[in-house]
Amino acid sequence: MTDSDRLQTGLAVIGAGPAGIAAAVAAAGCAVDVVVLDRGLEPGGQIWRHRAGAPVPRVASQWLARFERSGAQLLRGTAVIDVRGTANRIEIIADQGGRALHVHARDVVLATGARELFVPFPGWTLPGVLGVGGAQALLKSGASFAGQRIVVAGSGPLLLPVAASLAHAGAHLVAVAEQAGGAAVARFGAGLWRSPGLVAQAMRYRARFLGTRYRTGTWVTAAHGTDRLTHVTLTDGARTWDERADVLCTGYGLVPNIEIARLVGCATERGTVVVDERQVTTIPRVYAVGEATGIGGAPLAIVEGTLAGLAVASPRALPASLVRQRTALRQAAARMHEAFALRPEIRTLATRDTIVCRCEDVPLGAVQSARCARQGKLYTRAGMGPCQGRICGPALELLLGWGEDTVRSPVEPTSISVLRADASEATGAFMSGHQDASPSSLTTGARQ
Amino acid sequence: MSKQGARPVRVTVNQRTVDVPAGVTVATMLLDAGIWSTRTSVHGEPRGPLCGMGVCFECRVTIDGVSAQRACLVAVRDGIRVETATARTSDGER
Repeated sequence: MTDSDRLQTGLAVIGAGPAGIAAAVAAAGCAVDVVVLDRGLEPGGQIWRHRAGAPVPRVASQWLARFERSGAQLLRGTAVIDVRGTANRIEIIADQGGRALHVHARDVVLATGARELFVPFPGWTLPGVLGVGGAQALLKSGASFAGQRIVVAGSGPLLLPVAASLAHAGAHLVAVAEQAGGAAVARFGAGLWRSPGLVAQAMRYRARFLGTRYRTGTWVTAAHGTDRLTHVTLTDGARTWDERADVLCTGYGLVPNIEIARLVGCATERGTVVVDERQVTTIPRVYAVGEATGIGGAPLAIVEGTLAGLAVASPRALPASLVRQRTALRQAAARMHEAFALRPEIRTLATRDTIVCRCEDVPLGAVQSARCARQGKLYTRAGMGPCQGRICGPALELLLGWGEDTVRSPVEPTSISVLRADASEATGAFMSGHQDASPSSLTTGARQ
Repeated sequence: MSKQGARPVRVTVNQRTVDVPAGVTVATMLLDAGIWSTRTSVHGEPRGPLCGMGVCFECRVTIDGVSAQRACLVAVRDGIRVETATARTSDGER
């Protein structure tokens, strides 16, 4: 009896969001054997998240249907722990509910998506404070929010659909606050003339919560309560006021999930994975698509995923129309980043006593003398909890200018049984993953 | 959010039995039951779900005796037993 399950395939796709689905459909359509690994219960990632059997938006349902028909194999509830390579193949170690799974593939597409950027402020750790994307994820997983007093205070286009969904679910939307200034948001809106469909969509979202003002240049400075949120302090720079609230949805944009890319040794730049025109990273046979290469939304993720899937299947030139679409969508994404850039006041909300590492309960005052993430960990354990620095890392980068620490496997907390199964596969040495993420460590399989 | 016509499932939350719609996650089930705190922090502060997508680990609960399960990643099933840390009297688990 083996300790683990093994799977051989042509292409392994990590992440079953829009980008991963598009890559799987494109590659499978060219007769490539495809396996897709996803941590979640259903495909769709975050933006196309749905409960089994529940209705989904048209674009999502079309792609999910294509995915189902494609012949690609989906592994649900499967979290990637480690990725290694030899000269001929890539090996993915995954945790499937406490059981080790080894996937051997010729090529791998990293479609690992993004997570929310949280910037600490007094009271942000109170129960009742959720992310904006967090609220959306919970809504799509079946949460009610009916009758709850909700403040939505954050940044970016995501505020609109989430406010709309909350209102539609029967929540009482007390305030919707966008930290970017009115002029920047107006310019962004005007710049959407190229995409009338997006403008129409934005107006439809806004119509759902017409009873609530959409305030620009306004942000939350503190959350209050004892065991649960009771009220929120907002400011527009001139006036400061409190709102009673049961729930605060706050988040300042998205952070690409690049841990696996960094583990493998891919070059990254400003928090995104560097790729060429065929979506190949700096490591051969490792592709990256979607939010991991730069936040740009579902349409760009679909285009990049398709391009990578086609590139995996064949060395032929990629369709010019898709390449043009990618360029246009990347330009649109750049305009969005510019419009919703974080105002400096957001970075100064946290006080000495504000918790910055939620996992290990480390306040800003304890860690701000450290010069880098590694030193922060050694002094205070900040970044050493189960989230592995995913929540506090980007925040501390913003607040203290820290860079990222090195990434080592396991890239997700996992059980001893999974690590032991992997150790028994290795020839002698205890599994330790990569010590230093360097290009050669993947292609030659060198491990320390 | 439309609830499905599927038969509800019976779950136990902190020794209390509730009927919930099939297919929702344990996290959403807790919120709808008015339980917004899933665990206590290192220094004993109440914490609840934040990211909703399995990244932050604030929604850790014990499910069917297995600790540290992310509630936002687990779908409810008939007979499932959920315990939040704030309901425990022992301090072994955060």
